[in-house]
Amino acid sequence: MNLQAIAFYVLSVITVVSALGVVSARNPVHSVLYLILSFFTAAGLFVLLGAEFLAMLLIVVYVGAVAVLFLFVVMMLDVDFGSLREGFVRYLPIGGVVAAVLVVEMVLVATAVGEQGAAKGSGAPDILLDAPNTEQIGRVLYTDYIYFFQAAGMVLLVAMIGAIVLTLRHRPGVKRQSVMDQVARTPAKGMRIVQVKTGEGISE
Amino acid sequence: MMDFSGAVALALPEIILAVGALILLMVGAFGGDKSTGLVSVGSGGVLIAGAVAAAYGPLGSTFNGGFVADNAAAFAKVFIYGFSAVGVLLGDRWLKRMAASKFEFPVLIVIAALGMGMMASAGDLISLYIGVELQSLALYVLCAFRRDDAKASEAGLKYFVLGALSSGLLLYGASLIYGFAGSTKFVDIAAAVQAGAGQGAIFGVVFLICGLAFKVSAAPFHMWTPDVYEGAPTPVVAFVAAAPKMAAMVLFARALLQGFPGAVGQWQQVLVVVAALSMGWGALAGLRQRNLKRLLAYSSVTNIGYALLGIAAGTDQGVTAMLVFMVLYMIDTTGLFACLLALNRDGKPMETLADFAGLAKEKPGLALCITGLSFSVMGIPPFAGFWAKFYVFKAAIAAGLWPIAVFGLVASVVAAFYYLRIIKTMWFDPSPGRTDASPLDARGVAVAAALFSCGLVVLALNPLDTVAKLAAAAFHLS
Repeated sequence: MNLQAIAFYVLSVITVVSALGVVSARNPVHSVLYLILSFFTAAGLFVLLGAEFLAMLLIVVYVGAVAVLFLFVVMMLDVDFGSLREGFVRYLPIGGVVAAVLVVEMVLVATAVGEQGAAKGSGAPDILLDAPNTEQIGRVLYTDYIYFFQAAGMVLLVAMIGAIVLTLRHRPGVKRQSVMDQVARTPAKGMRIVQVKTGEGISE
Repeated sequence: MMDFSGAVALALPEIILAVGALILLMVGAFGGDKSTGLVSVGSGGVLIAGAVAAAYGPLGSTFNGGFVADNAAAFAKVFIYGFSAVGVLLGDRWLKRMAASKFEFPVLIVIAALGMGMMASAGDLISLYIGVELQSLALYVLCAFRRDDAKASEAGLKYFVLGALSSGLLLYGASLIYGFAGSTKFVDIAAAVQAGAGQGAIFGVVFLICGLAFKVSAAPFHMWTPDVYEGAPTPVVAFVAAAPKMAAMVLFARALLQGFPGAVGQWQQVLVVVAALSMGWGALAGLRQRNLKRLLAYSSVTNIGYALLGIAAGTDQGVTAMLVFMVLYMIDTTGLFACLLALNRDGKPMETLADFAGLAKEKPGLALCITGLSFSVMGIPPFAGFWAKFYVFKAAIAAGLWPIAVFGLVASVVAAFYYLRIIKTMWFDPSPGRTDASPLDARGVAVAAALFSCGLVVLALNPLDTVAKLAAAAFHLS
């Protein structure tokens, strides 16, 4: 058994176990942490397949952004996860059927691909094997696809403008931090020396 | 592969718009609300500069086939950018009157126009989608721009949710086409489906048509139109009703005629059904409307049906007809919305049919404009709308689609009823009260559109025909 196979089995076992943990953990925060663990191990599986760009993407996008967002939502919203779990047994049969169908589909597709290989002659550009796939994506992203890349940037800009236009409100009476004022503050401006008479205290 | 300067020269109109929008955004962000006037004027200037660059720019294809600058794109862009500039004018003045000026408004119009330009120039399924998305996102925000107005927010949200659904359909179709044709470029797709498209590709085309029909608000994908037109601010509707429709129709023509020239017979059936449903449903449903903005929404559904008929013909003549139709329709609809914008009573916009009673005595000029534009949309000769319909029906009959052309004629007779009802209400019913003074900008646009549609069109038709023929020739059809 070579090193790759060992790595594969270790990573897959952790992925499956942590995925089970996501759905079975009582505490929703633990569920999210299990989810992050399963993302990490799935990224490891991608590295084993030679798709290191997808692995990085999985960690940066899913762990870095999506899972953290989940954590925020779980912690900030007062969702009663106990009530969501009600009826678990009642829906178990139909859930089991859906899961079984999914498993059968996956096995069929996997065996078909295993026997015949993925669809051939799709006209997609041939993969150059002289460079890692991050470099290959970089090569086409900033050459052939530069127009789409820049245009997608404009779409994101519109999303940002839209979010600001539709949600930002300048309410009167809101105190804002003014760094200039803070820096320009001197002891003379910020302090007042008060002579307090003994036994009277101060009130303001 | 073209060198960098060649690519920049071809995409110059879009680069002007993109860079202009970024600069104006910075001016607005650092200048605050004081700079709104400056940003509006700048936006108008940028749009006009884009239109000029599109009219006189070089022709060709660049960015690996993703961007096509041909006569059809140039034709569409000149009108799209021009009408966007009108949208900036109407919107800016209107917001000023509402004391709700914000510099983002003109910037969003420029970015929407950029998206439309990309749609008109799309030579690839990816640029098609990104263009559509850029334009739609900007329009969603514009519709909900007055966020304190519950109706406008509802309109924006509805538009957004249904638009996202249609984008999903579009993407599904695009992925099927990519899967079965092996390329996202229209040129390569055309080569792959030369001898008629297979089952999978046809499935993809149908979804693509559904997604695009949504964007042009053709029946049965028009359900968002009346609600959005009614709820969104009138100047935004004046913009949404004109320029984006032109961009989407050119995109429609390009995707089908350049991507699937070998499968005309297959997508023609789908398009004919969509066109017939639009013409019929728009005319019938419009009869029940009492709100003029809703009525104009159904009128736009009907008119998009006529324009789709031009594409369905699948010939050079059909595309020419579609382009001429869209230009004349844009002028009519912008004029009508400008009339609505110009009419207020006690500070409230006049939007229902009852509000228009006796308008002819109070505002004879505007009443005359509405009458003329209504006659034009109805298709009474010699007004603009008549020529528009004449072109489309002629092309449809030449392509052997005469049953559907006859159906369109019947639909236009039905639709004539609701325009006639507006005219009757204005000229013969007693007035309920005084109207407010109408603002100069809206009145100016209304009068200009009415003058064009009711007279100048006869002079303009000849040059328009020549240019549209040149533009249609870009699709290399028989």
